[in-house]
Amino acid sequence: MRPKHLGTGRTLLAVFVSLLLALAVGGPDAAAQPSLKVGIIHLGSINDAGYNQAHAEGVQIMKRNLPGVEVIQVENVPEGADAERVMENMIRQGARLIIAASFGYLEPALRVAQKYPDVKFVHPGGYKRAPNLTTYWASTPEAFYLMGIAAGRTTKTNKLGYVVALPISFFLANVNAFELGARSVNPKAETRVVFTGGFLDPAKEAAAAGALLEQGVDVLGVIVDSPITVVQAAEKRNAYSVGYHYIGAQKFAPKGWISGIAFTWGELYTRFAKQVMDGTWKSENILGGLGDDYLTIAPFGPAVPPEAVKLVNTRKSELVSGKLQVFQGPLRDNKGVERVKAGEVFPLTELRKMDWLVEGVVGQAR
Amino acid sequence: MIGTVRSLLSGAILSGTPLLYATLAEVVSERAGIVNLGLEGVMLMGAVVGFITMVQTGSAAAALVAGALAGALFNLLFAFVVITRRANQLASGLALLFCGVGLSALIGSPYIGSRVAGLPEIRIPGLAELPLVGGVFFQHDGLVYASGPIAVLVWWVLFHTRWGLHLRAVGENPTAAFAAGKSPAALQFQALFIAGLLGGIAGVHLSLGPAKTWAEWMTAGRGFIAVALVIFSKWHPLRAIGGALVFGGAISLQLQLQALGVPVSPFLLDMLPYLLSLALLAAWGGARRHAAPGSLGRVFQRSD
Repeated sequence: MRPKHLGTGRTLLAVFVSLLLALAVGGPDAAAQPSLKVGIIHLGSINDAGYNQAHAEGVQIMKRNLPGVEVIQVENVPEGADAERVMENMIRQGARLIIAASFGYLEPALRVAQKYPDVKFVHPGGYKRAPNLTTYWASTPEAFYLMGIAAGRTTKTNKLGYVVALPISFFLANVNAFELGARSVNPKAETRVVFTGGFLDPAKEAAAAGALLEQGVDVLGVIVDSPITVVQAAEKRNAYSVGYHYIGAQKFAPKGWISGIAFTWGELYTRFAKQVMDGTWKSENILGGLGDDYLTIAPFGPAVPPEAVKLVNTRKSELVSGKLQVFQGPLRDNKGVERVKAGEVFPLTELRKMDWLVEGVVGQAR
Repeated sequence: MIGTVRSLLSGAILSGTPLLYATLAEVVSERAGIVNLGLEGVMLMGAVVGFITMVQTGSAAAALVAGALAGALFNLLFAFVVITRRANQLASGLALLFCGVGLSALIGSPYIGSRVAGLPEIRIPGLAELPLVGGVFFQHDGLVYASGPIAVLVWWVLFHTRWGLHLRAVGENPTAAFAAGKSPAALQFQALFIAGLLGGIAGVHLSLGPAKTWAEWMTAGRGFIAVALVIFSKWHPLRAIGGALVFGGAISLQLQLQALGVPVSPFLLDMLPYLLSLALLAAWGGARRHAAPGSLGRVFQRSD
């Protein structure tokens, strides 16, 4: 039998240690550091190797940058009344900044924002604002244009392909930008596009990739939730691939990887949290792009010729400085209709209205 | 042109394979008198457990066995509710579906983004090199080759063995089967176990076939398509082969037409498989009224 006093001694020691810890954590140091509770809601799962994971990783980086920040994170929240309830619940738990991380959370966030004017809200891709709701997004066509340059210089068949979830304007704009980039270095390059009808159907994405490869396409890009299936399908058939959302997709295509585009929200979220803590936060409409730290281009794979990488970097600085525009007229759509007049530019802020596919893209926008 | 036809056929076979296994699962279940709307949940369990097993062991065979067993065990849960507890089959089936969606998402989430080799492609020596047809028919994973023979096996067991006769008797009229000394409950449990195995295999092909990835709810409605294909194939395992190929072919065709650049709306093309199903059902609708098992969906109450 174990002597009883030893047990008591241990208990005392434990109490002593906890007291010390409590002093260390709750001491004057911690009090001096401003603290903030941030709530974030996700439509899907935070390790989807795609859209949701990018936001979740952003929040992790914010936490690392600002140790005083506490995060309440809820996944798989349906858009609508459920989202409102979850946000209100977070506010009751003390959240002062809410990240409503899906496009469909805009209306619920606006309603909750009206009810709680002291709480700050941020929403990705929103087209309406409130005095306490900021919208933010990174415009992607410029990055797709650069991918097109790399793909246009890498392809051997001059046939590029895109597997895309749905023909919505932002995705059409990305495919158009990709084709324009490819054609800027390779006038013979065409881009074939196949829509799968959904964001998450890997078996169908594999079939779509197969159909494109059979047409002689040797570079495959992808705009669905997760690029893994299409990137692997390309690699298996010795084709090249361009990723989206998830930079880690490179490990699925060590030979054929060209590059990819991903959102890196960490620094932006850190700025939001800092602004809320020091009272400088204000309602804005932030539309970033290539020059900002929340849109990242993945490292280029071995298949891309070095001179192409150099060219991409040159074009990148021209795009950032405004010297080069992606949608510079004259532009015709793939039915022959003039869409942008010579000397005019289709602005990146109006992408919502882009309902056509540019000349050189094989596919139907509607 | 020849390339397009080849791609269309091999796409039809690949898209049709998981549908065929799922349809066979539902045929066995419904022949025993039980409608299982939760088949999609069973497939998801097979898909996720198969995928996790492949990540952990690297063995496709182990993944197949584990995925099939996971589907079977999950379907036994449904069996307990609808056979032992005599709950409503439609409501229980839908509950099983959402349970499967949630459970598979939960256990699969640490494995999203994992890399697997997937089911190995088996080239049939001598045949795979044939011009034109070689790549279409003789260069697939093992589950593709096995699907046809398994359909024949299911047909043989259902229609040419005593066990199959008893099973169908239970589906037609459990009271008569009971009077003849058979236990409807035992036979139905066995049927749902086998259906679960087949549904699990369908799931394994989805996650470890061409897609080689796990994603939440990656069945994307195929469980329900299979339930429709059962009606389409008149509850017959051999007709299920045709049904799965026609539907798989329609999916493949619409993607193929898009890749070719045919000037038809992608929205319209996406409806193609469903329009085709509606057209075929409308054309043959009346002829299949008497094909359904007599006691499908009914709860058997022993009067003792």
